[in-house]
Amino acid sequence: MKSDIKLIDDNGKRLDGRGIDELRKIKIEAGVLHRADGSCYLEWGGNKVVVAVYGPREAIPRHTQNSLRAIVNARYNMAAFSVEDRKRPGPDRRSKEISKVISEALEKIILTELYPRASIDVNIEVLDAEAGTRCAGLTAAGVALADAGIPMKDIPVACAAGKIAGVVVLDLGKEEDNLGDADLPIAISPRTGEILLLQMDGHLTLEEFNKAVDLAIKGCYTVSEIQKNAILNKYQSNQGV
Amino acid sequence: MQDQKRQIVFPSQILGEIKSHKAGRGTFIEDGKIISERIGILNKNSDYINVIPLKGRYEPVIGDFVIGVVEEALSAGWLVDINAPSPAFLHTEEVPWDVEFGATEKYLNTGDSIMAKVLKIDEAKKMQVTMKDRNLFKINGGDIIEVEPSRVPRIIGKKGSMISLIKKYIRCRIFVGQNGKIWVDAETENIERVIQVIRKIESEAITFGLTNRIEDLLKKDIRNVQQ
Amino acid sequence: MTIVPVIKRDYICKLAEQGRRVDGRKFDEYRKIQIETSVVNKAEGSARVKIGNTQVLTGIKMDVGEPYPDTPDSGVLTTAAELIPLASPDFESGPPQEDAIELARVVDRGVRESKVIELEKLCIEPEEKVWIIFVDIHILDYDGNLFDAASLSTMAALTTSIVPASRFELGEDYPLPIKEPPISCTSVKFDKYVVIDPSLDEDEIADARLTVATDNNGDIRAMQKGLNGSFTRDEIQKVINASLNNGREIRKQLSQVTGK
Repeated sequence: MKSDIKLIDDNGKRLDGRGIDELRKIKIEAGVLHRADGSCYLEWGGNKVVVAVYGPREAIPRHTQNSLRAIVNARYNMAAFSVEDRKRPGPDRRSKEISKVISEALEKIILTELYPRASIDVNIEVLDAEAGTRCAGLTAAGVALADAGIPMKDIPVACAAGKIAGVVVLDLGKEEDNLGDADLPIAISPRTGEILLLQMDGHLTLEEFNKAVDLAIKGCYTVSEIQKNAILNKYQSNQGV
Repeated sequence: MQDQKRQIVFPSQILGEIKSHKAGRGTFIEDGKIISERIGILNKNSDYINVIPLKGRYEPVIGDFVIGVVEEALSAGWLVDINAPSPAFLHTEEVPWDVEFGATEKYLNTGDSIMAKVLKIDEAKKMQVTMKDRNLFKINGGDIIEVEPSRVPRIIGKKGSMISLIKKYIRCRIFVGQNGKIWVDAETENIERVIQVIRKIESEAITFGLTNRIEDLLKKDIRNVQQ
Repeated sequence: MTIVPVIKRDYICKLAEQGRRVDGRKFDEYRKIQIETSVVNKAEGSARVKIGNTQVLTGIKMDVGEPYPDTPDSGVLTTAAELIPLASPDFESGPPQEDAIELARVVDRGVRESKVIELEKLCIEPEEKVWIIFVDIHILDYDGNLFDAASLSTMAALTTSIVPASRFELGEDYPLPIKEPPISCTSVKFDKYVVIDPSLDEDEIADARLTVATDNNGDIRAMQKGLNGSFTRDEIQKVINASLNNGREIRKQLSQVTGK
């Protein structure tokens, strides 16, 4: 049911005016919630995400405890009003899958051996959704974890690339996600380049795939700078020098 | 010789190499490099590289004085919340009273606050605390507030200088737990003033000239308080 | 569960004996209230309210559906609340527990019984098609007094909602038909002291809770007593007075923000 919307016009501009390797506007704020041990509010294009981290704290129920390290529970949830057609509250299968891949990505980067039998709970709430919510969620989670003082090897960051109208582009927007040919979200540890999360759906040739991965990783590095600035902004303003 | 602006570092920042320094608090080693694992203040001397965390849960150290809240009375002791990743255990043999097995509730119950010392931490990070020390007791009266554990050294001051400063101007008893809990006992208005001062120290902990500003604040308050 | 130390409770009561509260407020004084509307693009209406550090976000979504059989010419209102684990170390994930359900129902009644929304104007085809209004209350940060933050954000969101008629090819979008909203004010009692807008600690040591919703005529539109303590007639009267006074101020603030 492809409409005759031109996803890329003759000048190489996309529907929202971006070039093929341009990110949507991103705004990040660390430490926005009072009760949470660490928190982050993030806007990415039309996405609005808030993340709260609690922990390390005793893992409950007891049978989930791991005697050697902390368990990481990421819970990705979309608010009922965050999408065009209201979503029934509660986790659906998509949310559970996203929660799982994000937990696994974070487990790799957090120094979990320091806290046996504990859990680190990462709550990702999508308040306004517009394509790329899992990347927005994981990126905000990275900042919230740092804000909570959780020891990590790096601050994880995520970004997606995709293919629209036969062209590999960075950071798909709403219609591009619906009408495009492929979507590839990736999360990395910026210091080492290790890939922590990778999913792909759609159709890509091997060459397109490699192009998309390179592009997404480049996007990750740009977003990583924004994360670090957000953290410095919060903590430097407390210096009062 | 100290840089006027304290340097803030974050996870993944490379701070030095093991061929010239030892990896201290808040750092880990990878490929011969010393890397920060947290947001914190860089503390680098000729020997060690440390990162003083700006935030984070309390990490118990044997010998630390802490303030805990009893979560549950069990038959052989009590589970005490000391603001660490898991509760600590207080054995009936580690309290100043003679407690019969199963009679624990007579002495300490859920919600009671105690001053304790971290006694043991085993390899699985299970903790035990003790109250067997002259200065440790069950707390009555006053108020307990929570501060960031990382700010506790600043609130105590070098050799207790900050606490002594507060006590010089306000009549009170203050006990600062390493775990970020502080007990203040005094006349009600004084409790409020002490808490105000502590909150100010907490929020301005990493600034310079803090001791003078706090002394000024305490002096100003005295003039406002009727004799 | 976070345990409130006995000392904390004793200290709060000791201060109360002297007519004071831990954060310096008077017994009938609110914390600072901030109201922001139209914060979620995807929602037909939305508002974020902060009372002190307590933060609640309410989103309004609308859809076309069948009316209830006993009100065939009326729009349908349904309210849900989520005490998501984001907001407090004590909230668990999973289906709504009784606290969330009570919260949603109290807010719902506040909206429904006060007839804030002119539901009769939301009929498209009698007995066949009406507008369904979904109110979803999302607690973001729990620092005491969820009831008032939830009610206020709901009223603010409804007051600035737009019926998405164009999306359903039913004409042009238009503002949701709303009347003057009631304002809910909650007080709690611990020991023998009654205070309005409880802080987190006051909420946690409370024996009884009373929420009173008042309108701009000074009439009472809804009430709910919670928890297992009790109130005397005298205390109830004092709570009503404090609710009327504060309700007036809050309504002014709401009006300024929404322009209505």
